[in-house]
Amino acid sequence: MLKPPKRPENRTAVVELEGVRKVFDGETVALDGVSLTVYEGEFFSLLGPSGCGKTTLLRILGGFEVPDAGHVRIAGQDMKNVPPFRRPVNTVFQNYALFPHMTVFDNIAFGLRMRRLPAETVRKKVAWAIELVQIQGLERRRPHELSGGQKQRVALARALVNEPKVLLLDEPLGALDLKLRKQLQIELMRLQMELKITFVYVTHDQEEALVMSDRIAVMRSGRLEQVGLPEELYERPKTAFVARFLGRSNLIEARATAPDRVETPHGPLRVRGGLVPGRRYLLSIRPEKVRLARTPWNRPNAVIARVHDIVYTGAENQYILEAPGGELVAYTLNADISEPGYEEYDYGEKVYVYLPPENLVVIDEPIGNEPGTATL
Amino acid sequence: MGRLLKLHTYLVLAFLYLPIAVIVALSFNQSRFGVRWTGFTWQWYVRLFHHHRIAVYAENTLIVAVVSTLIATVLGTLLALGLYRYRFRLKSALKFLIYVPVVIPDIVMGVALLLFFAWVRVHTGWLRLSLVTIILGHVTFQVAYVALVVRSRLAGLDPALEEAAADLGAGGYATFRYVTLPLILPGVLAGALLAFTLSLDDFVITFFTAGPGSTTLPLYIFSSVKRGVTPEIHALSTILIAVTTVGLLLGRALLRRR
Repeated sequence: MLKPPKRPENRTAVVELEGVRKVFDGETVALDGVSLTVYEGEFFSLLGPSGCGKTTLLRILGGFEVPDAGHVRIAGQDMKNVPPFRRPVNTVFQNYALFPHMTVFDNIAFGLRMRRLPAETVRKKVAWAIELVQIQGLERRRPHELSGGQKQRVALARALVNEPKVLLLDEPLGALDLKLRKQLQIELMRLQMELKITFVYVTHDQEEALVMSDRIAVMRSGRLEQVGLPEELYERPKTAFVARFLGRSNLIEARATAPDRVETPHGPLRVRGGLVPGRRYLLSIRPEKVRLARTPWNRPNAVIARVHDIVYTGAENQYILEAPGGELVAYTLNADISEPGYEEYDYGEKVYVYLPPENLVVIDEPIGNEPGTATL
Repeated sequence: MGRLLKLHTYLVLAFLYLPIAVIVALSFNQSRFGVRWTGFTWQWYVRLFHHHRIAVYAENTLIVAVVSTLIATVLGTLLALGLYRYRFRLKSALKFLIYVPVVIPDIVMGVALLLFFAWVRVHTGWLRLSLVTIILGHVTFQVAYVALVVRSRLAGLDPALEEAAADLGAGGYATFRYVTLPLILPGVLAGALLAFTLSLDDFVITFFTAGPGSTTLPLYIFSSVKRGVTPEIHALSTILIAVTTVGLLLGRALLRRR
């Protein structure tokens, strides 16, 4: 593991949002009462599909949008009426926004010069930033002479050289190819840990968010769906949206018949408990936590199904299964064939599907007609 | 088909540029009358420079062109910036109104200005017809051209650049001085050169807004032609053509810069 999970308790709040609301053109609600605290030194991601309000939230922190209601505090200071150029934050823009008429050096020096630092200090600090992002030798180039990855590094150096309290990053890796993105992800994490600057990172890429973040806020239609550690969001999604947006999930409608028993389209299932009998819930189970067997096993929550489709992804086999209550998806690791218990299944084959109670996450939210959900 | 098209192109070019070529050629012709070539000479240029009033007319023309261009460039650039940056009511109306001075017939514009200046004069005693009224007249149409050229430059400007400047601590003035202006400068200069050449050879609007003692070169050419075209006028026209062409070429080169 590259970094230990961080719990935010007993830490200083750097960014505090309280009931922040933003409406565009009097009708489009971009943010609908968002309250959020980001702590010092955190790598905090805002994750959501396009149009969920994550970029608007970032722009409000940067001072480029003014909220219609609510409070924004950065480093304990209220940001009302504070223009972007007086905020203790810096931004890495989506398409870098490097000044095309300036060299790499002048781009990075811009913020320092605006603070009227002496030329000698500017030179030292720029040299430090250039080394930090490893773009030595490019000082005299213009932005149009740089590759995408290099531009990204310059944008990063230009922001970091000012030693902001919070660095705001708006999908900074969105324009890069996969390999470069992976490489820069690791570098961003290294930089963040080294400099201990708070990062607020906007992305629509759930894997990127899971890999890089200390905490993630999943957003949808201008609201926070769930805020938590990556493993919390993945293992214990609180809403169907989170379950589906982060990775893949089997969602099953259920009605409690006892605190630890539910009736579902796949038949009666056992869950961990604490349910209110008669109430409706949604169950979520990750495909890799579904167990398959060729012969019956002495375990609870067995469903008999038929293999409908097999997707081979290299590292795993993904089985699309036809169960009585609808489709179920199960992933099995493409492990060593000689491993005991390793099985492969064929098209049309009958399999025993086990949904272990400890892996069935109970989602307690009003049930709408969620697409792709097995309904009662 | 291809050959016909080529021929057509040459004919159009000849139609457009032959008259100008003839004037330029005649300005170097020894013969005072007629259009027969009798030999090369600089004498008409020499005579032109010894003409007793020509220096005054040239000075008037330059004063009008320089001053009106300076005013129009500042105003036109501000207009373009305002349209780029802000959202306000009547914005679309203003965008449309920019084109009015461009498409309205000069003669209408000239008469309108003449009447307006007369009206102001009657009520306040200001704006006697002079170089000042010519300058004001030129500015009215130059602003539109400058604004249009600068707007086209601004259209290619990433709004995130100004935000990036603000993000890095630059206030409104610093953002304009170090980011916006350098990026739109080629457009501003091209607009200025266009405005300058338009002012230099404007006849119609100048004619209506000029007073006694504010004769410009185009006005002088017009009044002399009434008394017969002389080779000195050809020489003067050639100089005007040369200055205008250089201005346009410079402007084009500026706009091509990235």
